[in-house]
Amino acid sequence: MTTLPGDASPLHDNFGEEETPEPGTAAGKAIEGRSLTQIAWSRLKKDKVAIAAGGVVLFLILLAILAPLVTGIFGVGDPSKQYPDLLNPDSAMPAGAMGGISGDHLLGIEPIGSRDVFSRIVFGSRVSLLIATSASLLSLLIGIVLGVTAGFFGGIVDMAISRIMDVFLAFPLLLFALALAAIISDKFTLLGLTMTGDFLHISVLIFIIGFFGWPYAGRIVRGQTIALREREFVDAARVLGARPGRIIRKELMPNLIAPILVYGTLLIPANILFEAALSFLGVGIRPPTPSWGKMLNDAINYFRADPEYLIVPGLAIFITVLAFNLFGDGLRDAFDPKAH
Amino acid sequence: MINYIVRRLLAGVVLLFVISLITFFIFFVIPRLGGQTPESLASSFVGKTQDPKAIEGVMHRFGFDQSIWVQYGRYIKGVFFGYDFSNGAEQVHCFAPCLGFSYKNDILVSHSISEWLPVTLSIALGASVVWLLFGVTVGVISALRRGTWVDRAGMLTALMGVSLPVYFIGPLLMIVFANNWHLLPDSGYVPLTTDPYQWFMHLVLPWAATAFGLAALYARLTRVGMLDTLNEDFIRTARAKGLPERTVIFKHALRAALTPIVTIFGMDLGFALGGVVLTEYVFNLPGIGREAVDAVNQSDLPVVMGVTIVAAAFIVLANLVVDLLYGVVDPRVRLS
Repeated sequence: MTTLPGDASPLHDNFGEEETPEPGTAAGKAIEGRSLTQIAWSRLKKDKVAIAAGGVVLFLILLAILAPLVTGIFGVGDPSKQYPDLLNPDSAMPAGAMGGISGDHLLGIEPIGSRDVFSRIVFGSRVSLLIATSASLLSLLIGIVLGVTAGFFGGIVDMAISRIMDVFLAFPLLLFALALAAIISDKFTLLGLTMTGDFLHISVLIFIIGFFGWPYAGRIVRGQTIALREREFVDAARVLGARPGRIIRKELMPNLIAPILVYGTLLIPANILFEAALSFLGVGIRPPTPSWGKMLNDAINYFRADPEYLIVPGLAIFITVLAFNLFGDGLRDAFDPKAH
Repeated sequence: MINYIVRRLLAGVVLLFVISLITFFIFFVIPRLGGQTPESLASSFVGKTQDPKAIEGVMHRFGFDQSIWVQYGRYIKGVFFGYDFSNGAEQVHCFAPCLGFSYKNDILVSHSISEWLPVTLSIALGASVVWLLFGVTVGVISALRRGTWVDRAGMLTALMGVSLPVYFIGPLLMIVFANNWHLLPDSGYVPLTTDPYQWFMHLVLPWAATAFGLAALYARLTRVGMLDTLNEDFIRTARAKGLPERTVIFKHALRAALTPIVTIFGMDLGFALGGVVLTEYVFNLPGIGREAVDAVNQSDLPVVMGVTIVAAAFIVLANLVVDLLYGVVDPRVRLS
């Protein structure tokens, strides 16, 4: 994630030659021959809020990857282990103040189920991040392919793809996603391949969120492609005899990286909220696998008695989404010369 | 103009047609990939007895024993011409546009939707006023006071707002305003026609929870739009010819900056009218979104189809209204 701005992939080499910054902008005067990526990175480094947010994002990703290790250190390595002794026997709510927070259970225990909240939050981050990131990649992939195709070739191709986007955009998305997630319950066979359990539910969520999100990415990419298509460097390449495939790969794509990167970073938090919403409505990840949305779904029944159990997963979602949004905002400001 | 509206409406009908086909197809095919058969579907609607005869009857009555094309054809025929329906005991005629009967309780889908719709309309329309008003106001103030603490505070709140989902801010508001301070009712719905005061009081928290995130988004968009517009030549011209600053900002700058806001407002309102599912769930309000989710969980296809089509129709209509409003907001736009 954080390596992206400094990433020196061969694609970016074209920047210096073809995309000369407009004369008069601060970036153009500073140092000659720097790529847009380098300029953006030097701007981003100065943006303390964005860097801090990027740090939080990195921390959350590490936390998700190292979930068993981290929870193990605090002695709560099993997110499904129950601690019924810690419940108030009369109300089945956690005994003690603040949802049963103690040295052993840093964020308390859940009502009724009596499992450790810290452990479930840490393991829950895996589901959230995995689904949100994969779904974003899927949306971007479809959006880039169809957006570039529509924008570059225009005419009837553009018409067809744009109409398909209209259909997708007119769908009551959440309702539809719910419908799809609900009817694919326990077992699903496609092309002779049977999927079950967490693997099925995670795949379904990635597919639904990613597949229905592509028109938004597609529209942005299409608009950018149409703007770029008319530029002189594309004409030059065409006159030199470059085929459409080469023009798309070598001329258009490098210039699309920035908007795609920015949109992608802002798509991840939106998808985290989407996944949590589906789990909140009870059609996402099935128990006992921990998920933030499912925790909020439980909490809605108990929050009057045990508000702590609502606030912890809610804050986990809030902090994660805020960090991604702040980082994405910083990235956009860094790439967009008009912002300064 | 009339020509344009008619053409757009026709395109909208085609779009609804495509959406109905896709929805029907998905609900028909996906459950079968998951191992559902016409018999198992029918058996979920005969109650606890599971009498094979009854299952057979349900299969025949709802047409589960027919192919997908016959079933879809029957549905579409009902929408345009209405159809006769037997609930076992008597014949009922469902007038066009007929959205069919619920598999679950034999009630007309159009009747159920007309009961749920006022709830959703109340939430969506009220919330849209709140988010538009707050969002644009904060955005304009932030843009005019750019770089000051007012701007920074406004934008920080806005960023927090877009990161706070309804299912978190909703219960939080309930804890503070209903449980601790007892200022507002906790949840539930009172129809406007029964008691306007209670209707309003019960909707304050749902409006706030729904509007917060969207107001935040609109504030950010308005701010960016205003900053862009204030740098344009026509603003300099307006100032140069000696117009008062207020006229420059509200009549010239804001009007141009509102164009993208109007676009996205149309989409958001369209979506909201199709069911503010999360709000309806959190605050226990019987709107079309929540009821559709229940219908989904019970494989009650006619209800799901009905709500999907109504919701999609709202989106199509909202987009049309927005395109017509363009011409009002931005005189440069000519519809053709």
